[in-house]
Amino acid sequence: MISLKSVVHSYKDTKPISFKDWQINNGEQWLLLGESGSGKTTLLHILTGILKPKQGEVNINQTSIYSLSSKNLDQFRGRNIGIIFQRPHLIKSLTIAENLLLVQSFAKLPEDHKRIDEVLNSLDIIHKKDAYPSTLSQGQLQRVSIARAVINKPALLIADEPTSSLDDKNATAVLELLMEQSGLNQATLIVATHDKRVKDAFTHTYSLA
Amino acid sequence: MSPFKISWKSIWSKPLSSGLNIMLIAFGTGILTILLLASTQIEEKLNNNSKDIDLVVGAKGSPLQLILSSIYYIDFPTGNIPLKDANELSHNPFVKRATPLALGDNYNGVRIVGTDSNFISLYGLKLQSGKFWNADLEATIGTNVAKEQNLKVGDTFFGAHGLTENKDLHKDHAYKVAGILAPQGNVTDNLILTNIASVWKMHEEDVMEDGKGKMEDGTGNREITSLLIQYRSPMSVVMFPRMVNQGTNLQSASPAMESTRLFSLIGVGVDTLQWFAILIMLIAAISVFVNLYNSLKERSYDLAIMRTLGASRTKLFVIIILEGLILTIAGTIVGVALGHMALELIAHYQESSQAKLTGMVFITSEVYLLLAGLAIGIFASIIPAMQAYRSNISKILAKN
Repeated sequence: MISLKSVVHSYKDTKPISFKDWQINNGEQWLLLGESGSGKTTLLHILTGILKPKQGEVNINQTSIYSLSSKNLDQFRGRNIGIIFQRPHLIKSLTIAENLLLVQSFAKLPEDHKRIDEVLNSLDIIHKKDAYPSTLSQGQLQRVSIARAVINKPALLIADEPTSSLDDKNATAVLELLMEQSGLNQATLIVATHDKRVKDAFTHTYSLA
Repeated sequence: MSPFKISWKSIWSKPLSSGLNIMLIAFGTGILTILLLASTQIEEKLNNNSKDIDLVVGAKGSPLQLILSSIYYIDFPTGNIPLKDANELSHNPFVKRATPLALGDNYNGVRIVGTDSNFISLYGLKLQSGKFWNADLEATIGTNVAKEQNLKVGDTFFGAHGLTENKDLHKDHAYKVAGILAPQGNVTDNLILTNIASVWKMHEEDVMEDGKGKMEDGTGNREITSLLIQYRSPMSVVMFPRMVNQGTNLQSASPAMESTRLFSLIGVGVDTLQWFAILIMLIAAISVFVNLYNSLKERSYDLAIMRTLGASRTKLFVIIILEGLILTIAGTIVGVALGHMALELIAHYQESSQAKLTGMVFITSEVYLLLAGLAIGIFASIIPAMQAYRSNISKILAKN
């Protein structure tokens, strides 16, 4: 279970943002909906452990993430949270397989080439395993970024604006992939977006005013 | 995947800028390596060749020239001295051992040195084959001479007039190789040794022809080129040179003093080059720093992504430091190798076999070059690494 309790955050010289409490059961798929500037990115950063809120608590599977030391939090993030960004930002100097190995090594997990093949196969990009990111199309890169997010079988999968720059067809395809992968990996899915086209795909929605 | 592999692959993804950094460091290290090797070898040669010689006595002129010609065999002698005067000095109570030298001829540029058995004990010479020279026109040759001139015991050869290679051969008198010296690691490896009488014999004809031979004064009085002196006691250091310089028509020169003077003269050039090389190394360090600093700006998002993937701050710090270290250590290793190769190439074209340098030896001081490479690597990457360590990933991700 993932929970957000009494979380408030403020940046220098800005009004504090209070986030309403949120409880998510394992395996659920949620839409985090809000206009630009409503605090979506801030909330995602708080949920992923990269931005400590001024107050409040975030629990992921009984772990209060901000009570962890910086080093343990990094490792916890690597093992339990998969993040997909709006742009599929991969490390250009590494091959696709190496980009995935990197995630395993950061989480201090053993290198699992079988798992890499399995994920790349499920996303239909196994043939690009040894290619460098610069040789892949935008769609293929997006798939790799999903593969990178699910490679360690995280409990929580977070996607930040994954469809906003895509046309209807591709937006639907990416969304389907995300839902399929979260299902395959039994991960809780949160998709943050202001893109109302995807609203109907979710049964749970957390809205930011 | 180890931080080393991540750094390594990052360097390879920017071949041009990485190559430039490595080249800059290699250039500086290469010059330093050449200087280090050359100055060490020159100093060693100076010390090896003069270690048991306290004083050289010869004709008046430049003391440095006297030392260079009588100990290192790389310059022309200042002239000849009467054998009578040399004998008197040899029997002086301040003198333990006096070794006469008679120069004047060469074989294919290799100096023929007329001397006596004192020369053997002075340099502690050992034979590889054959025997030491004894009768007139017998020669014992250095190990390098045997190899380079393809001479063996029993072979004969003609000496030529003068100290540099020429066609003016003494065809009436052939030298016979009586023995070959074992490698000595000093100047004797490149000499042909014979008795003084043989050198005089070569020049008897000159006396007959033009009345002024090199080794005779024309009236039958014998001459030699110089005397290598070993003192009997520390007291001799003060008394004997003054006695020679003021009481005779001869000149005395101290190898230790002249070597130091020579080294300080060379030292000015060496120092200048050394500073130049250090300057290049500094420029290289700044270049590596700028490269890492700029790439850090470009890669800040990459590094932030790595943090979201679970990389700790320390891991990012190590990755950046390793990039600096890989670049500078690679540059240092390439530079040391280039330095050795360049010195070997210089040695190949060196005319004087007496001062022959080599790039095929490694000295312990080269470890300091590697340590300098390490220090430059850390110096150049510490600030970018600290920045990577301190970066606010939430801010960087939000900006992008």
